[in-house]
Amino acid sequence: MGELAADKHVKYILAVEKRKDNFESAVLEHLRMNGAYWGLTTLDLLGKLDAVDSNEIIEWILKCQHESGGFAGNVGHDPHILYTLSAIQVLALFDKLNVLDVDKVSTCILDESDIAGLQNEDGSFSGDIWGEVDTRFSYIAICGLSILKCLDKINVERAVNYIISCRNVDGGFGCTPGGESHAGQIFCCVAALAITGALHYVDKDLLGWWLCERQVKSGGLNGRPEKLPDVCYSWWVLSSLTMIDRVHWISKEKLIKFILNCQDTENGGISDRPDDAVDIFHTYFGVAGLSLLEYPGVKAVDPAYALPVDVVDRIFFGK
Amino acid sequence: MHGRPRKPLKPVDEAAVAAKAEKLRALQSEFLSNHQNKIYSKEAVELSAKLLEINPELYTAWNYRKLAVQQNLAQCESDPESVNSILDEELKVVENALRQNFKSYGAWHHRKWVLEKGHSSMDKELGLLDKFQAMDARNFHAWNYRRFVAALMKRSDEDELEHTQNMIDKNLSNYSAWHNRSVLLSNLMKKAAPGFTSKDEVLTREYELVREALFTDEDDQSGWFYHLWLLDQTVRSEFPLLVSSWPVEGSDISLPAADYLDGCASMNVFHYSSRNFPLVLYFNQSVRGVNSSTVSVSCGFNLNIDLIWKPLSSTDSQSAKVWATHLAIPDAELHSSEAYQVEVKVGFSQGIVSTTGVAYSHPSQISFQLHLQKTPLESGQDSRFGRIQWKDDCFAVYEPGSAEPDLVNLLDNLTIKNEVESTASTWQARIIDDETNIFRDLLDCKIGKLTVARLLTAYNSLRPLDKPVHCKEVLELYSELMKLDPSHYQYYKDNHSLVLLQQLGSFEKLLWVQMLDLSNNELQSIEGLEALQLLSQLCLSNNKFRSFTALESLRYLKSLKVLDISQNEIGSHSIDTTRYLFRSPLSHSVGSCDWNINYLSSETYWEAFFVLKDMGLTQLDVAGNAITSKSFNVFLEKLLPTLKWLDGVEVN
Repeated sequence: MGELAADKHVKYILAVEKRKDNFESAVLEHLRMNGAYWGLTTLDLLGKLDAVDSNEIIEWILKCQHESGGFAGNVGHDPHILYTLSAIQVLALFDKLNVLDVDKVSTCILDESDIAGLQNEDGSFSGDIWGEVDTRFSYIAICGLSILKCLDKINVERAVNYIISCRNVDGGFGCTPGGESHAGQIFCCVAALAITGALHYVDKDLLGWWLCERQVKSGGLNGRPEKLPDVCYSWWVLSSLTMIDRVHWISKEKLIKFILNCQDTENGGISDRPDDAVDIFHTYFGVAGLSLLEYPGVKAVDPAYALPVDVVDRIFFGK
Repeated sequence: MHGRPRKPLKPVDEAAVAAKAEKLRALQSEFLSNHQNKIYSKEAVELSAKLLEINPELYTAWNYRKLAVQQNLAQCESDPESVNSILDEELKVVENALRQNFKSYGAWHHRKWVLEKGHSSMDKELGLLDKFQAMDARNFHAWNYRRFVAALMKRSDEDELEHTQNMIDKNLSNYSAWHNRSVLLSNLMKKAAPGFTSKDEVLTREYELVREALFTDEDDQSGWFYHLWLLDQTVRSEFPLLVSSWPVEGSDISLPAADYLDGCASMNVFHYSSRNFPLVLYFNQSVRGVNSSTVSVSCGFNLNIDLIWKPLSSTDSQSAKVWATHLAIPDAELHSSEAYQVEVKVGFSQGIVSTTGVAYSHPSQISFQLHLQKTPLESGQDSRFGRIQWKDDCFAVYEPGSAEPDLVNLLDNLTIKNEVESTASTWQARIIDDETNIFRDLLDCKIGKLTVARLLTAYNSLRPLDKPVHCKEVLELYSELMKLDPSHYQYYKDNHSLVLLQQLGSFEKLLWVQMLDLSNNELQSIEGLEALQLLSQLCLSNNKFRSFTALESLRYLKSLKVLDISQNEIGSHSIDTTRYLFRSPLSHSVGSCDWNINYLSSETYWEAFFVLKDMGLTQLDVAGNAITSKSFNVFLEKLLPTLKWLDGVEVN
């Protein structure tokens, strides 16, 4: 079956961070902030966060911050809630949340009549000033503000009500009311409800069954019925199952085997499916998935905040 | 990032790739500069279109185009031809982008943004959607967009329902169509739209439709969840009802005044060591609004001073299936023997509502007698400090169906008989019966067995006052499933375990229990145990508890004195699966002032702290867990000043 080629993955991540000459990195330039979060969190989970120069990274992160308080995916790009969370998470990894002017960052997400406020009347959240609404953004706002210890700046009750309005008869959640259940959206909604102490709105047995049936014959997990398995669902499905205490309903051994088979053990990195091209996104989700499966040598990851448990504990119980 | 082969099919020309990347970077750089400087010239805007065709995920380019459109619209001063041409161009750019990646959030949102300006014929949009859905019937962006367009067009739910029927007719294996159908059907039933008012008729039609999906390909999951939803709609009990209480109607309870613990207790003799006497109300579903206005309690020594009813739910502060309060028995009232008649009236005033919004409308009254006695302690007998040992001879074996008629009677009497029509002879029972017979034809496969097991269980839920039937068959089906589908072994095992519990009657029948031994099972959760408000001694040793967060229910057991959680897995797991089902700062369910770090040694035992801190335990066993250590025991002794015995050793 093989083992986790941790050293190869570390080398791969460090190399990707520097590579500028391939087409892929040009096309993904706009989401470098997400890439930083995926890569660095993986390094931390493998115990190798010290392999990078944190000051350099923090300097770059701050260059991506806009006047409005939000962060862009890269220097020169527009701010968006997606990258704002990644920025907050990376700073949390380095224990450097104090470089942030918390009021400035939270203002861009606040529920106020202020134009910059991103929470809407119905409790939903827009991704930026252009108004796209999605429960992903509800999670991001709740997770980000919680890490900054200012969750009370939004209307939590309305935020929770909006999320519940996106709950489907199969126990899952979609991106907007009426939207089909999808493991990614389910993770966002369940995690948001977890952080706001509202998991009683989740029918754990019903959703647990829907989620555990994402495990297909190959042992991998798909994102919704009759779709192909993908390593990234090892995170979305698994973290959801973990938060509702139903993770024992899948076969952990078969999933571990599937994830390990998706590694490129020569050059490092993990891909969506065995023998596909690797990327940072799937490398992170594969390692995070293994963490949730208690694979030896991988630090524990928090299923709601998607950060190492010791980072989350430091924020909430810190000395 | 998905579905690209690791080893490229053709050898890669490194130089050409580098050149292509360089070109793209140059374009992006130029674009960002235009954006920065707010340049919206024809060439600049065309550049953004070119970029979006290569990379529709470049979200800043969509933002830029919106700014350009806003400026251009302002300049052309509502000349309809110019407006149309500007917006048409945007729609074209979106179409090109979608061709490149029809899952691009940015592209779909841009189209919605344009459409909200009142442009484009909706029929054209529907036509476009049909094309997209023909290419990929599961693309949720397309389904979301369809919902958006249908709303703009004010298309009826009935018409949209027909669309889902068309999609299903084309291909049964279309989960997205089934999902959308469930949303539309729910709406139509809720609105009581014509043709959708008879639940019986609607559900019968839908069962017929979805059955085909389940039978056509037994491994295809597309219809499974829809079928389960139909089943839930069939048996769901609309009305909130009181199903159990403690004390039970007509009971006679003796309260010895002495403060001591005894190894044995019978159901009518309640020993308590505090002046708080619990009252418990157990409903069939989660309700809110239980308070001293909606529940009145009258007894000889207490007028209905505002009793505080608390919902026994870990995260919900407003609703729960089980509610409890405590009567304070005043000292001054203790004469040598005095009987008090207590009356609890539930729901005689409005206010109790289920979480689905249905008002409680079956007022019940529970009357019982309380005898207060003073029992003199024999000198030298200070059994208060005796250590409890979990000996087998403290317990008698009870087999369901065995000849212990008094006990059986007693347990049966614990169920409150509501005057609600038994639904066992109605359309619900007929549907369940029909479905069961049909699905018995599918018993050689997973979904067949699982569905029959669920149908038989559903049948029992229609007759809550009667003994459950078909249990043996259901247990066998789950055992077969454990073998047939080993990946989901634990799912079937948990369900099997629930059926076993149902045979006994589950927690609502055990509200009177004071001493409970659950050792040597495979428990990892005690969810529901919070209802047992009289529990004073609990043994959970030799189970599979992984963390103190799995013991949240214990925080509600104010009478608990003796707890044994030895020989479990607390501290052996790096991942805590009950971390968020637990009240803590992580889930914002305790105030920061409740977290007092006084007890820290080098380890932070926050989970144990929150569970145990308010408990008046006299005896605790934790040995045989990875978390135990000298410093942990020191921590425990500090946390629990009432502790007399820790791991069998007397505490100083």
